Amino acid sequence: MSDNHAHGGTRRLWMVFFILLVVTTVEVALGIIKPEILMGSPGGFTSWLNYIFILLTLFKAYYIVETFMHLEGERKSLRLAIYLPVLILIPYLTFILLVEGSALFAS
Amino acid sequence: MATTTSMEMPQDEKVWGGGNQPMGASYGKLMMWFFLISDALTFSGFLTAYGLMRFKYETTWPIAERVFTHFPGLEGDQPLLYVALMTFILIMSSVTMVLAVHEGKNNRKIRVGLWMLATIVGGLIFLGSQAWEWYHFIIGDKGGIELATTEIVRPADADGNFLTLSELVHGEAGGHGHHEHFTIKQVQDAFAHGDYTLRFPGKDKEYGVMNPDNLIAHDEAVELLASADVVQGANMTRNEYGHKQFANFFFFITGFHGFHVFSGVVLNFIIFYNVMLGTYQRRGHYEMVEKVGLYWHFVDLVWVFVFTFFYLV
Repeated sequence: MSDNHAHGGTRRLWMVFFILLVVTTVEVALGIIKPEILMGSPGGFTSWLNYIFILLTLFKAYYIVETFMHLEGERKSLRLAIYLPVLILIPYLTFILLVEGSALFAS
Repeated sequence: MATTTSMEMPQDEKVWGGGNQPMGASYGKLMMWFFLISDALTFSGFLTAYGLMRFKYETTWPIAERVFTHFPGLEGDQPLLYVALMTFILIMSSVTMVLAVHEGKNNRKIRVGLWMLATIVGGLIFLGSQAWEWYHFIIGDKGGIELATTEIVRPADADGNFLTLSELVHGEAGGHGHHEHFTIKQVQDAFAHGDYTLRFPGKDKEYGVMNPDNLIAHDEAVELLASADVVQGANMTRNEYGHKQFANFFFFITGFHGFHVFSGVVLNFIIFYNVMLGTYQRRGHYEMVEKVGLYWHFVDLVWVFVFTFFYLV
């Protein structure tokens, strides 16, 4: 059994909860208001707003994995074994399928 | 970053020689992690397939915020509020789960049990919310029109502002009409008496500027309506919101996630039962709570992505 848990109490957990709550609220507010200044699309792919949504999502995912799933306290070998396959394969798959989807739309 | 571990084995070439835990995690925990990785790849397959279809059928792909507009007890369009509430419930239950794990480290049986109970309740509320959302998705709200080409369009006024079927048939004050079934005859009559148009549900080329290709002018619309049909609600073959793949992906992705939540609630309940029996107290550690906690957090993690890629983007 691993006893490498940070014994710092629950303050940090509640703080992460608060961060997740605030980020979700910001996402929803942006989604409802849709500020016009963020609707332009750099590079013509998708809007600034969508890039912001994706970044905030990855930000939330990082906190869930590191703190709630407690990956921050695990050994480097385990962290890499978990992070690398996911961080290499998923962006790759996303890239391929979205490019393909655009091509299908254009054809 | 807590990198200090209390593993007895020194970090040398014997680490991988067997008889110890090279990654500092027990067999069960390691296998849970590897299962979660494969599950993450499964979900990413679904979500990227959704992206592919959405890019492919851009003009007829519905915009989620025009689809999920209900909130219990509130009238009118409330985009995003309900899923935001569901997200909040799931994040909250993730916190109660991590608190259960935390109390498990301190060997406090009753507290572990109470936090796990709170997690189970959170999971059940989430499942109920999802059932509510499915119900409203299936019975439909605003109504659509299926052309002879099986494309879905929605009635709009002369300027291209969307109208519900109820507004079209009963006038602007008609509001939502999901309790009434409309016929194509009623729609044709309304078009005969007013300057209405049809509009594809897809996104605008530029924000706030309607794509003129998405609008079908009145005269052409009347012609198309001669061989069209009314669609209300959603099922696997057609839905009023837009391309049929949209409903299929909605049912499949949120359904698959909901099934994960359901399994999580069942697993949580089994572990909760064992906690209260004192199984883990006798065993001397609460690692089972940790393992089921990993699964539960993963379910929350997937929802964070579903929330973004299905509802927000």
